[in-house]
Amino acid sequence: MTPEPSVSLAERIGFRRPSGVGEAGWGRTFVAAVISFIYFFPVLWIILTAFKTFNDTLAIPPKFIFTPTLENFVGVFSRPYSAGADAQATNFDLYFFNSIFIAGTSVFLALVIGTLAAFGFSRYPLKGNDTYLFIILTTRMLPAIVVIIPVILMLRVTGLAGSYLGIIALYTAFNLPFTIWMMKSFFDEISLDVEDAARIDGSSDTRVFLKISLPQVVAGLAATAVFGLILTWNEYLFALLLTGVETRTVPVAMAQTIGGDIGVRWGLLAAIETLFLIPVILVTFFLQNHLLRGVTFGTIKR
Amino acid sequence: MSTIELRKLTKKFGDFVAVKDADLNVAAGEVVCLLGPSGCGKTTTLRMIAGLESATHGDIIVAGRRMNDLPPERRDIAMVFQFYALYPALPVGENIAFPLHYERLSNAEIKRRVTRVAKLLHLETILDRLPGQISEGEKQRVAVARAIIRDPNCFLFDEPLSRLDVELRQSMRGQIKEVLAGLSKATVIVTHDQLEALTMADRIAIMRDGVIEQIATPHEVFARPANVFVASFIGTPQMNLMEVDFRGVEGRKASIGIDSKTVDVEVDAAAKKLGLSRVTIGIRPRALLPRSESGRDTISAQAELIEPMGAETLIHARGEAGHDIRVVVPREVKVRIGEKLHLKPDPRQTHIFDAQGRAVRS
Repeated sequence: MTPEPSVSLAERIGFRRPSGVGEAGWGRTFVAAVISFIYFFPVLWIILTAFKTFNDTLAIPPKFIFTPTLENFVGVFSRPYSAGADAQATNFDLYFFNSIFIAGTSVFLALVIGTLAAFGFSRYPLKGNDTYLFIILTTRMLPAIVVIIPVILMLRVTGLAGSYLGIIALYTAFNLPFTIWMMKSFFDEISLDVEDAARIDGSSDTRVFLKISLPQVVAGLAATAVFGLILTWNEYLFALLLTGVETRTVPVAMAQTIGGDIGVRWGLLAAIETLFLIPVILVTFFLQNHLLRGVTFGTIKR
Repeated sequence: MSTIELRKLTKKFGDFVAVKDADLNVAAGEVVCLLGPSGCGKTTTLRMIAGLESATHGDIIVAGRRMNDLPPERRDIAMVFQFYALYPALPVGENIAFPLHYERLSNAEIKRRVTRVAKLLHLETILDRLPGQISEGEKQRVAVARAIIRDPNCFLFDEPLSRLDVELRQSMRGQIKEVLAGLSKATVIVTHDQLEALTMADRIAIMRDGVIEQIATPHEVFARPANVFVASFIGTPQMNLMEVDFRGVEGRKASIGIDSKTVDVEVDAAAKKLGLSRVTIGIRPRALLPRSESGRDTISAQAELIEPMGAETLIHARGEAGHDIRVVVPREVKVRIGEKLHLKPDPRQTHIFDAQGRAVRS
């Protein structure tokens, strides 16, 4: 009998059990830390910049020690548009909501539709199954810029341009090929015996899918969701051309913040970006255990 | 009545015939083992009964009803899989209760039944664990518990003990037998382990290349194998099978030409029917009795390898005509490598097979 592994509160909410440096040794831990730091440095620089005054952001040599200020963060949501004018609301609260709502909804829809499709492709292959899968993938083989004109026309004609529905439908379609391929590979990996057993035990196909197959690919769902989310979250081109004033997302609004009568306000941009990072970091953090299993799935033969 | 009947059951995968014209009847309360080497079609047969594989032709009749066209979920059959196929996301208790879902039972009734089978299979303490947190033996018992919790038409087991270590296998063999004895259902067990088949089955169906070669009780397949394949497959160490010249029979004494030497061997009276021909005689390693001197009724061989097996000793010897001969002698009989042996076949345990490999028997 294996003893129940004790699960601390920290682990329960997503922290992985700290394994200490005993196994890899201090040397390797140090090298890994240096490399991680190099990768993380641009992000760190953005976060630092967000807390600097306008003059500090332009200082040469760059300042690492400075008096932090929150003025940039205030400026994200409300600031004067020209020197001496009164501060005005910038609508960034709406843009943040838009980004979260649009990315969240389209990733969720793509997961629902894509997972069902993937299960179908994996378990009930059609004649020419691989051809269908290939065709689905071809939609991702072109750069977005190539298809942008027909897409704009389609949304114009249907009156969906500038609406939530339009951009969400577009992003969902955008995420689907990736979701289907990822989820199919996860379904292909899991044992068919378990599903057979459930059928023999009287389960309908729906119950097999929901109670048996789906719980086994939770890691895959998490990995797919995070990748899809990052892709959608950062998308700029379609958002620029197909969102209206009310449905604008943060990347578009951020680009429009560049400029103004006193030059580029780097501190302000960095503050927007810092805020923009938070949701993705949170999601990734809470899914990290699944994510790790998700990306290594299938690489270890059982 | 819980019975299984297969009539001319055939399964083809493209041109490959996996199962050919299998006929089998399993009575209520009877345990039949499908035994055979890998790829002989035994698992395919089992999966056809369960409905996981469609039959190319032939009939599957369970509890008096033709099942061919019913999907697995409507056949009301319980099956234990080789790799247990426990539901990984559900705790043990819910795994066991899973088949009850469609029976629309009250929670109290479900709990009562789970408790009952959990007690029977000693699983009470692990009902809240996930399948990933329990041992192989426990997984095996959970799989059995899940099968016996409802009242199915019949039971199917696919290599149920193959993943357990020797000790566990022995105790589980007993436990499964005991559980099945109390249920009086038709049961089919697939195995490639003859010991498992011999100990658990009421009857054994031996399969080769998709064909059922013999269906008989464990005693019968051992004592009266229907053909050369069954004779060689059942029994450890393997039966000695020697292709020899049949030179006639007088009463029960047959003259057998092994190379230049003629040996008198006592065989079944039906051997009279055989003409002069090449035949195969089969003698179990324990039915060769060492004699001190060569005679007309002994086979000569030279000991080449000696394997002590505890109570007995297995001797690999080389016959004068080059045959491999395995002999098992009691521990007390001392044999050295290179020693010449004179072996007298036990007259009651000598089998004779005709040129087609069929047993010649009255």
